[in-house]
Amino acid sequence: MKYLISLAIRSAWNRKLTLGLTLMSIALSIALFIGVERVRQDAEDSFAQSVSGTDLVVGARTSPVQLMLYAVFHIGDATNNIHWKTFLDIAANPSVAWTIPVSMGDSHHGFPVVGTSTDYFAHFHYSDSQPLVFSSGKPFAGLFDAVIGAEVAEHLGYHLGDKIILSHGMGGIGLAEHADKPFTITGILARTGTPVDRTVHVSLEAIEAIHLDWQGGAKIPGFSIPAQYVTKFDLTPKEVTAILVGLKNRAAVFKMQRYVNEYQTEPLLAVLPGVALDQLWQVVGIAERALLAVSGMVVVVGLCGLVAVILASLNERRRELAILRSVGARPLDVFLLLSAEGLFITLSGTLTGLVMLTAITATFAPMIQSHYGLMIAPTFISYDELGLLGIVIGVSLLASLAPGYSAYKLSLSDGLTPRI
Amino acid sequence: MVNPVIKIENLAFRYPKADSFCLDIQELHADAGDRIFIYGHSGSGKSTLLGLLGGVLSPERGTISLLGHELATMSSSDRDRFRADHIGFIFQQFNLIPYLSVTDNVLLSCRFSARRSDRAIVSGNTLQGEVARLLDHLDIAMELRHRPVTKLSVGQQQRVAAARALIGSPEIVIADEPTSALDAERQKAFLDLLSRECIAADTTLLFVSHDRRLASGFSREIDLSSLNRAQASQEAA
Repeated sequence: MKYLISLAIRSAWNRKLTLGLTLMSIALSIALFIGVERVRQDAEDSFAQSVSGTDLVVGARTSPVQLMLYAVFHIGDATNNIHWKTFLDIAANPSVAWTIPVSMGDSHHGFPVVGTSTDYFAHFHYSDSQPLVFSSGKPFAGLFDAVIGAEVAEHLGYHLGDKIILSHGMGGIGLAEHADKPFTITGILARTGTPVDRTVHVSLEAIEAIHLDWQGGAKIPGFSIPAQYVTKFDLTPKEVTAILVGLKNRAAVFKMQRYVNEYQTEPLLAVLPGVALDQLWQVVGIAERALLAVSGMVVVVGLCGLVAVILASLNERRRELAILRSVGARPLDVFLLLSAEGLFITLSGTLTGLVMLTAITATFAPMIQSHYGLMIAPTFISYDELGLLGIVIGVSLLASLAPGYSAYKLSLSDGLTPRI
Repeated sequence: MVNPVIKIENLAFRYPKADSFCLDIQELHADAGDRIFIYGHSGSGKSTLLGLLGGVLSPERGTISLLGHELATMSSSDRDRFRADHIGFIFQQFNLIPYLSVTDNVLLSCRFSARRSDRAIVSGNTLQGEVARLLDHLDIAMELRHRPVTKLSVGQQQRVAAARALIGSPEIVIADEPTSALDAERQKAFLDLLSRECIAADTTLLFVSHDRRLASGFSREIDLSSLNRAQASQEAA
């Protein structure tokens, strides 16, 4: 048996060019497969951690997924807003530690504008309880100050002190602009890999101020309040879109959820972000799974190539197999010799693929993190991936039996004198 | 009474799906130390006879006894073991495994047979020593032994193959046209070397060839086409 393995290795070495290329194609397919799985896993993790530390997300009654979509991802519109009085009620609840109000409806070059309070910068966490960090500047203090996410800054080329004009409504081109009340960028947030990167943050009072001379989604004709006079008005917000709630004690979360859901004055919905994000991932994750399926097919193609190469070599090796038979090799030995080759190539290909992937990840992880906010763990292999690789190796073992069986049949029919 | 080395009686064989017998032999008998020249043109059933003696083919009727063991009573893996232990083969050409060294090619016989490995060690003190001794006897110069076997001439390759067939002193050596790729002078030299080694080890040699001129040095000559009744009847028809 030991000698058969050494024979298989020496025979493979003798055909190192073809088998080396086959090995590389398997290594690449494995690297792709595991790489996609890893990115998928990390994407899911970072998606699930778009918001962390928040115990409840509260909004007007709608579906939990839709509430998450607009409150956290700023996608789509709220069906209804929450009265300011309700916000104060919830904030004053004894189990509540902090609240972040979120008011939406405006945009800037397609990026959503969120009206909030400075509590946002203190209490909003993402990923593994990471706080927001300013890459430059500081939270908004003045009425027309704005804090922008990393992608907004990068995409539009903004720096501290730049003036920006907000548009009324969500969407792209052709929106009415709040041109009379420009904002100054006072802070730029470091990249998080979450929707925060794509958001422009202003104070709730500013949202109120730019809409003083608006009514029903349009500017009141012939009526304009210049920026310098807006402070003379009461800028207390009348409504917010959603509230992120942090509790003093997590154990109270279901009690608080029930309190919100049964709130008398207006119909509200409170969701646990983790649960709703999982539901949302069920929808978004289909693309990721399709990608994994495609890369799985690439592995299958690689294995088919392997079997084809070994089968093709079989004809040139009939003489070799006959010699082995003449010195006493059993047909079973011939079977093992050929099957071992396929398995050996798959195993070394898998190992090479993992080494390649680890090297690539180690090299590009900092870049990926800063560009996409995706944290790719520099592990060699995880427990879940081990399961996937187990399947790959199992399939390759089955696939390797095919050339083994052909050789077995061939050596039985050829005997000692191959008819070539 | 000593068992004959080879005893074939009333043997008939046909390939699966073939209508008629390919081989039909009344009797063939060889004792230890016999060197038998089997003359046969292509298609006379040479390969079939080799396959039957090697135990990779099974006869439809009749018996083949080697060293007193009847092949038909053994399992196929027992026959493989028996072949490894007791028979050395030399083929027409391309006898060597291209990715093994000269020494490893010779040692191949010992890898599949503990018996031949043991006997080789007894004869040459070590396996390497026995390989070196045989290669010396077969005129393979020192410097050739480290070359890739594909760089050897055909004559050199055949002599390495002979060393592989002879190592561990099997009782039977079967040579299938081993000289057909050699020129006349080298044919003679190869035959002399092979005969000398077989005599030295008291080995029974079956030498199959279509070239009758080579028969002179052998103790017996058999014409396969007259031995093989299947062939004779076909030709008569």
